Amino acid sequence: MNHDNYDDNYIRGILNSVKSIAMVGASPVNVRPSYFAFKYLAQRGYDMIPVNPGHVGKNLVGKPFVASLSDIGRAVDMIDIFRSSSHIMPVVEEALTLSPLPKVIWMQLGARDDAAAAKAEAAGMKVVMNRCPKIEYGRLSSEISWMGVNSRTLSSKRAPIPTQGMRLSLNRMSVGGGATAASDRAAKNKSEPT
Amino acid sequence: MTDRLPGFSTLAVHAGAQPDPTTGARVTPIYQTTSFVFNDADHAASLFGLQAFGNIYTRIGNPTTAVLEERIAALEGGTAALAVASGHAAQVVVLQQLLMPGDEFIAARKLYGGSINQFTHAFKSFGWNVAWADPDDIGSFERAVTPRTKAIFIESIANPAGSITDIEAIAEVARKAGVPLIVDNTLATPYLIRPIDHGADIVVHSLTKFLGGHGNSLGGVIVDAGTFDWSKDNKYPMLNEPRPEYHGIRIQETFGNFAFAIACRVLGLRDLGPALSPFNAFMILTGIETLPLRMQKHCENAKAVAEFLAGHPAVASVNYAGLASDRYNKLARKYAPKGAGAVFTFSLRGGYDAGVSLVSNLKLFSHLANVGDTRSLVIHPASTTHSQLDDDAKVRSGAGPDVVRLSIGIEDKEDLIADLEQALSA
Repeated sequence: MNHDNYDDNYIRGILNSVKSIAMVGASPVNVRPSYFAFKYLAQRGYDMIPVNPGHVGKNLVGKPFVASLSDIGRAVDMIDIFRSSSHIMPVVEEALTLSPLPKVIWMQLGARDDAAAAKAEAAGMKVVMNRCPKIEYGRLSSEISWMGVNSRTLSSKRAPIPTQGMRLSLNRMSVGGGATAASDRAAKNKSEPT
Repeated sequence: MTDRLPGFSTLAVHAGAQPDPTTGARVTPIYQTTSFVFNDADHAASLFGLQAFGNIYTRIGNPTTAVLEERIAALEGGTAALAVASGHAAQVVVLQQLLMPGDEFIAARKLYGGSINQFTHAFKSFGWNVAWADPDDIGSFERAVTPRTKAIFIESIANPAGSITDIEAIAEVARKAGVPLIVDNTLATPYLIRPIDHGADIVVHSLTKFLGGHGNSLGGVIVDAGTFDWSKDNKYPMLNEPRPEYHGIRIQETFGNFAFAIACRVLGLRDLGPALSPFNAFMILTGIETLPLRMQKHCENAKAVAEFLAGHPAVASVNYAGLASDRYNKLARKYAPKGAGAVFTFSLRGGYDAGVSLVSNLKLFSHLANVGDTRSLVIHPASTTHSQLDDDAKVRSGAGPDVVRLSIGIEDKEDLIADLEQALSA
């Protein structure tokens, strides 16, 4: 599995199939990226679970915080890890103890741990690194186009007007697999020691 | 099917646009409105806090303009774009994100005369200092780098003489200096040159020229390549430090590989205010749909006119990179194999007076201060666009007293040549 860039179909398949997402490192502070992503994914109809031991007893957008993945107490489809690269491995190791096993390990924008990814993949999980599910959902649905962002997708179909809790179609035509070549190259160079 | 890469012409027609969600209108509607209603207080707060996608106020974003932005980002191969009121506004907004008072940027000496003025005089009052370098001497860029250098600025095809810049060589200087390379791609358009493919980190345009293409609407755009690491060495506080106006958001951390475009929108456009009219965005979008067809014709006509002039006894020299004998022909074949553009200069044996006389004798060419129109245009730079430069700077920027600049349109080339022939012999 090449983790430098992902085919749109891979990301599309994940976002179309998962229903519940546990977000490790979710923050109740409303200027943190994790708060943005949590709130957006909840608005798009995902069953969101905030995981952060520092905030147990509080709610995030109406969802109660749990201390750890083991405390969720029900099956969860995807683990979205909002921690820096050096804190990924223990989360993946904990995810591997869950039963049933989550289908997807997702590491946030800026986070990458190839060893943890290999472990998760060996157990049959799909892995995404250094991406934001909010950005990817917004891109594949073209909702992000409101901000002048290149969705790298095309469609001649009329889109619905999004409402609260509504899932959007992610099945637009991808432009070259959804890659932005120069940016992907730069990210790869950054992740390699020089 | 999903992995097929649509071609440039398909993107020029489709990228960013889809049928209107409300009405089904197939052409992008002109959303001529200042403001957009919020669903409720939480929605409003989410939009103001940059947490949700959506519209607030046309100074920050507009649905018609957003289609234009995504289309240009797609054509240039960037991650995102921001449209503004003019090419000049694009330059101010870009440099506002990169420079603090007392900082410097390096600019190629061969630039649009308006940019030379803006950099030399207007930006001086912001404390942004320009250092000039010669695009024909890459070493001059290296020598101009100082610890306060924050960016390098060049034109891909340079005004006024249509010379071709060695983008890759200058991108390497920028990379070594740890600063972004900004390329003004106005005269090439992404149809002829895509600077991001050659190492540019930021691309700017005057949309007024070939992209809009019909001489009817001003506009500018900034394209984020998504290539530059803004967090490195904390050189760019606008992107890297918590922003007090957004309760402590760090732009680069929150927006990843399109952070620069977002910074330009929420810190530049929002606060400086040079918003593009949605009507202009519509006109420019319509123009872009035919960009590939027009550029082919512009380049074909320009080459024919340049060849005619090169063989005319009244002409001393022609500067057109598409001619095999031109000093920039090798670079043109590398960077712009589909054509060397349609703006170039030539000089007359009769000097300044012959130039003035030629301009007044032309019947089809319009004498005006623009380029990149369907119509063919002519100007005498030394007395107009470059008149505020001193004589030495005029010559160095390719706008000496005997130089005439043409912007070749999409008329029949035989008619353009006939008009030049009668004007040269009048």
